[in-house]
Amino acid sequence: MTVNSWSLSESDGIAELVLDVPGRSHNVLSREVLAELDQVLATIEGRPLHGLIIRSAKPRSFIAGADVHEFRRILDAARAAELTRAGQLVLRRLNLLPYPTLALIQGPCLGGGLELALACSYRIASDSERTILGLPEVKLGIHPGFGGTVRLPALIGPLPALSLMLSGRTIAARQARKLGLVDECVPERHLLAAARARLKQVPPKGRPPWHQAWLAAPWLRPYVGAYMRRQLQARVDCGHYPAPCRLLGLWARQGSLEAEALSCAELVVTPASRHLVRLFELSEELKRSARTGSASPVRHIHVIGAGVMGADIAAWAAYKGFSVSLQDREPKALGLAVKRAHALFADKLRGRSAQAARDRLFADLKGDGLGGADLVIEAIIEDRDAKRGLLAEVERRVSEQTVIATNTSSIPLDDLAADLRLPGRLVGLHFFNPVAKMQLIEIIAGTSTADTALARARSFAVALDRLPIDVQSAPGFLVNRALMPYLLEAVVLAEEGVPLADIDQAAVAFGMPMGPIALADTVGLDICLSVAKTLSAALGLPVPNLLASKVSAGELGKKSGRGFYVYPIKSPFFTPKRPPPDPVISERLILRLLNEAVRCLRCGVVPDADIVDIGLVYGTGFAPFRGGPLGYAETLGASEIKSRLTELSARFGERFLPDESWSQENLFARRVLGP
Amino acid sequence: MSARVFIVDGSRTPFLKARNEPGPFSAADLAVMAGRALLARQSFRAEDLDEVILGCVIAAPDEANIARIVGLRLGTGPAVPAFTVQRNCASGLQAIASAFDRISSGRAHLILAGGTEAMSRAPIQWNIAMSRWLARFSRAKNVEQRLKSLTDFRLSHLKPVFSLLLGLSDPVVGLSMGQTAEIVAHRFAIGRLAQDSFALQSHQRLARVQEAGMLRNEIEPVYESNGTFHVEDDGVRPDTTLEKLAQLKPVFDRHYGTVTSGNSSQITDGAALLVLASETMVKRERLPVLGEILDHAWAGVDPAQMGLGPVHATAKLLTAHKLGIDDIAQVELNEAFSAQVLACQAAFASADYAREELGLAAPLGAIDPARLNPQGGAVALGHPVGATGARLVLHLARSLQTQPGALGLATLCIGGGQGGAMLVRAGGQL
Repeated sequence: MTVNSWSLSESDGIAELVLDVPGRSHNVLSREVLAELDQVLATIEGRPLHGLIIRSAKPRSFIAGADVHEFRRILDAARAAELTRAGQLVLRRLNLLPYPTLALIQGPCLGGGLELALACSYRIASDSERTILGLPEVKLGIHPGFGGTVRLPALIGPLPALSLMLSGRTIAARQARKLGLVDECVPERHLLAAARARLKQVPPKGRPPWHQAWLAAPWLRPYVGAYMRRQLQARVDCGHYPAPCRLLGLWARQGSLEAEALSCAELVVTPASRHLVRLFELSEELKRSARTGSASPVRHIHVIGAGVMGADIAAWAAYKGFSVSLQDREPKALGLAVKRAHALFADKLRGRSAQAARDRLFADLKGDGLGGADLVIEAIIEDRDAKRGLLAEVERRVSEQTVIATNTSSIPLDDLAADLRLPGRLVGLHFFNPVAKMQLIEIIAGTSTADTALARARSFAVALDRLPIDVQSAPGFLVNRALMPYLLEAVVLAEEGVPLADIDQAAVAFGMPMGPIALADTVGLDICLSVAKTLSAALGLPVPNLLASKVSAGELGKKSGRGFYVYPIKSPFFTPKRPPPDPVISERLILRLLNEAVRCLRCGVVPDADIVDIGLVYGTGFAPFRGGPLGYAETLGASEIKSRLTELSARFGERFLPDESWSQENLFARRVLGP
Repeated sequence: MSARVFIVDGSRTPFLKARNEPGPFSAADLAVMAGRALLARQSFRAEDLDEVILGCVIAAPDEANIARIVGLRLGTGPAVPAFTVQRNCASGLQAIASAFDRISSGRAHLILAGGTEAMSRAPIQWNIAMSRWLARFSRAKNVEQRLKSLTDFRLSHLKPVFSLLLGLSDPVVGLSMGQTAEIVAHRFAIGRLAQDSFALQSHQRLARVQEAGMLRNEIEPVYESNGTFHVEDDGVRPDTTLEKLAQLKPVFDRHYGTVTSGNSSQITDGAALLVLASETMVKRERLPVLGEILDHAWAGVDPAQMGLGPVHATAKLLTAHKLGIDDIAQVELNEAFSAQVLACQAAFASADYAREELGLAAPLGAIDPARLNPQGGAVALGHPVGATGARLVLHLARSLQTQPGALGLATLCIGGGQGGAMLVRAGGQL
């Protein structure tokens, strides 16, 4: 077997092993790469070396993790366990080399990459912003399998280790230094010197502080584990997401590497993990294709309208490095926008970077920034004539190349493009609230929208670290349209007298991040009503009276202090100890959503079923472990859904009439759980 | 032959009165905020500038060569050089004068120039005895030496140095700026009432144009991180009266003086920036033109009578261009002190002064009061020392827009005994 990815050199008794996986921008630990490492280690095991340095030849990354794509091809747990064990053995070989080993980390060091680094004696990281470390496996429904669950707690102590692994979050190099995850954090120019100095001196290896080591005492572990499980269960439903709970159990029982391998292998083949992996790959693919286009880059964006949405878009764009001018007629609105933005920068950035972000955001009372904008985003009130007038005015003042975007959530793009000289430049950029949290942007195309404008909008969205999905301009676009029947059904249930807590609990038990009633209160009932009315006119959606009567009574939800619930809520909506609500509640809620989602697909609102899943998972939090609405529908089966909908329509009315799509033989030409 | 120099555009922050505590913005912040709007509306990019030149008197310790900091923060990129000039109260005017010289000599074509000052943030420093003691203490090698140096410590070491107060005093003649105003007031017999009346007029003139919104085209609103915003100069007191002004006590010569905080300029934070371009650049890039800078002149006077500096600089400039005072449509003579402005008027009118001090056969004549600071001045809106000169030129160019071809004069007295003056022509006849 030839070695393609690793290259070995030696000087002054120190070997340097450099990883460069051919044909990829990031290194990943595929089976092949690990097998090659094993081979290389075998050749140098016996050599009289002072030390070994492992680093990456990729300028932008160390090792981004295991090869996620390989997961999909593993169908049974036994095979998965075999592969995991094989990986563990390679890292064990590295761990047991007779001389000190050191991982030189710059750029992302994630998952299997970090586990490889953990198998070394030392780790040195560059202090650049690009260097991030973490074990994000739980986000894919599994947990570390190459010894991470054992080595990380042993290195930095159980509490920080479990916190890292359970959340799957990544940390910066400096923070990793504080935790003891890396031994040193130095500027890139000193990486090699620091590595060589350390291998010459051979200082003691990193150890957790005494109080952390103490928590790991065998007799204390079950208690610490039980405590952490309570903390975890407040956030995560272990029935839906077994990985974090398994991980905690492994640690509490002092699980061995073998136990880790078996547990990880079982998780890899669960439907939850397979769904999460599929969604992850889809989202990566979306980003990749948006990035690789030849769209000319956007440097300066001009946002018009400093309401919450406009202000948050401007702040997020400035945070992500764009030069931004935010225009509004009211200095007061701009003042509030600046306040929100500076709070965001203070939260996300430190010192000079925060100042640079503040300098990038220009509160622009007079519209001075419009002329030089590559992209203009209109975020004023949802009024067709006001928007049309503004867009025409904008077009007169910008260059031919400028893309003009609207953040409308309900007005058809073709209506807005009517007065433009070049209607092809108008795209919809439908952000979700709150912008800093919601990862999705619907890229809306009207009939005349040009491909170049769409490509620039997509690449802009990716530069904002957001997922762009292509949606045709149709009422409610994708996300609001599919979500609205679900919300309205919740209101109907409330009208029927079903306890609010039962409705919300049914949805949360299904896997929604928040119940529909609580969601409606959070969004604002007036906003729900106006979206519902738009959709109702276009799609013949009945709007329950309760919603309108709440709004006319001034009960608008959280913002007015009273909606369905009264705020602030004194006790939680529901407790897990409540008896489970009637299963038909969740069925009514979810099936209406699925029915509308499949209709969007049939009507060509989105190009394919994957986009429906991505849109609703990232736009609404629709149970990711179920694979999104159509991923879930596929596992249930179209005919099953059709028969349940038919049944519901007989009991509750026409709104449940199954969409004709459900009768199609090959509705989904994909196998969501397959290889 | 020297190249012509045009004012393309300009803007400034509102001038924010210091409220006895560090204000919300650093000098660099202020200049960045003035410059951001200014550059955003240009057809060129910040990278296209040839230079950035700023005036600033007391920059914060972390603002060495503040012009470079501001340039980089405004996105000029590393390749655009920048330097900071310091000529006390005329630093902003000096920055524009330097830019003028660079462009007229053909060394540059497009310059961002102006001034900035956060007087409210002037640093408070350790005195030199404290610095010496700290140095000795840090040199101490062992406990014994350290204890010994501790016994050398005196409470007087803790007496702070207020750089703002020192900056507003003349170390050569040992007078505060206010005292030099007392001296010229005495020399020309400018009484308290005359000073207060002038101050009142300054407030009233500024209040009138503020109300009419006339300054909105030169001021960029600024926003604090807590959402507070400032759209106008906030030192103006539209409701002040002669009676109120009369109640104030003299602050510099406490017992028998006439100069009060009410008839002096205010301690203020602010920045003003201009884009200057050569004729070639204006033509090539089809840049708009606010006005043309024709020349500038500088003169030295007795430091104890520094307030008379404008008379000398103006005499030089007008004589060189064979102009009389009546040829000037608008004069912006910085109101460091009402007494000092009125003393300048008296000196302009005085045949003796012209003969003995200026070497002129006939006096230039006093400036028509209607043409002198017609929209108020530093008594009402403050005098952020590094920025004022640039504000005067910007304001001249803006307020003469309705009279293309009209001449304007911006002039300041300068602590240390100097005067600076700049001649501007409104509109752009290429």
